[in-house]
Amino acid sequence: MSGTSSSGAGGAVDRDHGAIAESIEAHRGCEGPLLPVLHAIQDRLGYIPREAVAAVAHALNLSRADVHGVISFYHDFRMEPGGRHVIRLCQAEACQSVGSEALARHVRARLGVDFHQTRPDGAFTLEPVYCLGGCACSPTMMLDGRLYGRVTPERFDRLVAALERAD
Amino acid sequence: MNATVYVPRDAAALAVGAEEVAQAIQRTAAARGDEVQLVRNGSRGLVWLEPLVEVETPAGRIAYGPVTPDDVAGLFTAGFLSGSAHALHLGLTDEIPYLKRQERLTFSRVGVIDPRSVTDYEAHGGWRGLRNALAMSGAQIVEAVVQSGLRGRGGAAFPAGIKWRTVLNAPGEIKYVVCNADEGDSGTFSDRMIMEGDPFVLIEGMAISAVAVGAKRGYVYLRSEYPDAERTFRAAIAAAEGAGCLGEDILRSGHSFHLELRRGAGAYICGEETAMLESLEGKRGMVRFKPPLPAIEGLFGKPTVINNVITFASVPIILDKGAKRYADFGMGRSRGTLPFQLAGNIKHGGLVEKAFGITLRELLYDYGGGSATGRPIRAVQVGGPLGAYLPESQFDTPLDYEAFAAIGGMVGHGGVVAFDDSVDMAQMARYAMEFCAIESCGKCTPCRIGSTRGVEVIDRIRQGEQRQANVELLRDLCETMLHGSLCALGGMTPFPVRSALEHFPDDFGVTAKAARAA
Repeated sequence: MSGTSSSGAGGAVDRDHGAIAESIEAHRGCEGPLLPVLHAIQDRLGYIPREAVAAVAHALNLSRADVHGVISFYHDFRMEPGGRHVIRLCQAEACQSVGSEALARHVRARLGVDFHQTRPDGAFTLEPVYCLGGCACSPTMMLDGRLYGRVTPERFDRLVAALERAD
Repeated sequence: MNATVYVPRDAAALAVGAEEVAQAIQRTAAARGDEVQLVRNGSRGLVWLEPLVEVETPAGRIAYGPVTPDDVAGLFTAGFLSGSAHALHLGLTDEIPYLKRQERLTFSRVGVIDPRSVTDYEAHGGWRGLRNALAMSGAQIVEAVVQSGLRGRGGAAFPAGIKWRTVLNAPGEIKYVVCNADEGDSGTFSDRMIMEGDPFVLIEGMAISAVAVGAKRGYVYLRSEYPDAERTFRAAIAAAEGAGCLGEDILRSGHSFHLELRRGAGAYICGEETAMLESLEGKRGMVRFKPPLPAIEGLFGKPTVINNVITFASVPIILDKGAKRYADFGMGRSRGTLPFQLAGNIKHGGLVEKAFGITLRELLYDYGGGSATGRPIRAVQVGGPLGAYLPESQFDTPLDYEAFAAIGGMVGHGGVVAFDDSVDMAQMARYAMEFCAIESCGKCTPCRIGSTRGVEVIDRIRQGEQRQANVELLRDLCETMLHGSLCALGGMTPFPVRSALEHFPDDFGVTAKAARAA
């Protein structure tokens, strides 16, 4: 593996290596450690760098194909950095019944990106999600891990504008 | 002034501003010199009234809602700490008809207690079921669960006691108890509410199961979309261990039971029990062939009890009050209660725990108050994305596993999603196929390929391209998926598709006769 991270800076590479090693160490002793290890890496770095695949495979006695196969199977895991803010907009039935599709059109237009895309300035990544468990206060979305219910276009614009100002 | 105030930390309450309300209450109390003891409870389940703030008074708990941070100063001025009148005053919480008319067994403590306090749990009847179980043999515990009539609440409705008996009788030193908390169905949130509002009841139910079958280790597989539930449940595990209710020698019984939470990674299919086992083992969530049943060869090939959150959470009361008391609720072969979840386009969305037998119409109108938009409710999907769409003519069907199966539907996990008359049912049928295509694990062809072909065929029907021929093709495809798929995802996606076509043929541009012919 090349050992370079997306930032290319030496400090970031060391930080990534440290985070990967610590994530492996923290969970390698448990039964079925692969998902906990991958979650730990992504929780710390925001994504799973390429060099993590070989390190995790080696530590857990798996093939790199096994590790890559697991990363690619699950919607949550990403191998490229996401935006500084991640918006997960619910598109499941309960939210559809109160206009989530129209909200999605508004959100895409406001952010200027489609689902599964990150804005060129790196500020926002937009992902669809199928149920956040807030079905009695739909439409819902998750913004940086926090759930929002009864989301209107106006409420969405206020939240995004506040983040843009803070950035 | 000195008072105890409750502001929920349930995710749905937080989603509509409960955290900001809690902060405003603390700030205002400090500024006024009032002494407020703030309890972060679960949600009472009256979601349209969230954030629902309660105040402890000598007469009982008084509710106010929905409260915004801007209302807080006015509430203090009006004297809400002593339960005084205010525009948001709802009276005694327990007397609110939506709550009063429920039959809360599994949810009896949710919204009432501090979910992170072991002592509060114990003061409200907690651990009694486990203590009783510890004085019984494994076979006696299993027999009590069999006698209660409890069936799996995740959707498949398999008798829980029979499953436990299989694991108890399976040979082997190592056995597991696994809780399926991968609540991925749209319109469902009862698992989440338990884990956020009364997590110890799930821990207790799993511990009882472990004692019954002889398991020493258990896992809760929780979906990653529930970070609030994860925080509360991790805190609850630590608190239960600290109190000696989990870990080595639980309640000084000699039994040990270690419980760990595992986070899923956004795959709907991992709610299917064998895909969940694969995921727990660190693999892609691919569905396994059955047999062998997980009860014989489950997690890491060992005998494994797998039940849903609500199933486990219903066990403590059965061991506490007795199997008969639980079985006295319900109808036919559907015994006990089910926490129904009213969702979507509904005025009063929330959680309604009732005995089986309540009709859909009662839920939608007596509890739900009709649609949120005020327009007629045109279709209802019961049982999640794999459940049938039901038209108004079927609203009088009692919610009972067998009665729903008889009309081609399923009660499933008790989720009820309402749609008003603006819904396009051909679009919903298309979505059902699309969802299946996105979430298919890819192991079997009818699901992997059939779902994509299904989207294409429905698109052609909607575009008016050889409608009759394509409707026949769609019905044929549904048959193939129904009979040829390995698990419920491919096997039941035809339910919403076919029911949409049969009950709402106009939306597909065909006549009722044409929709049924093929």
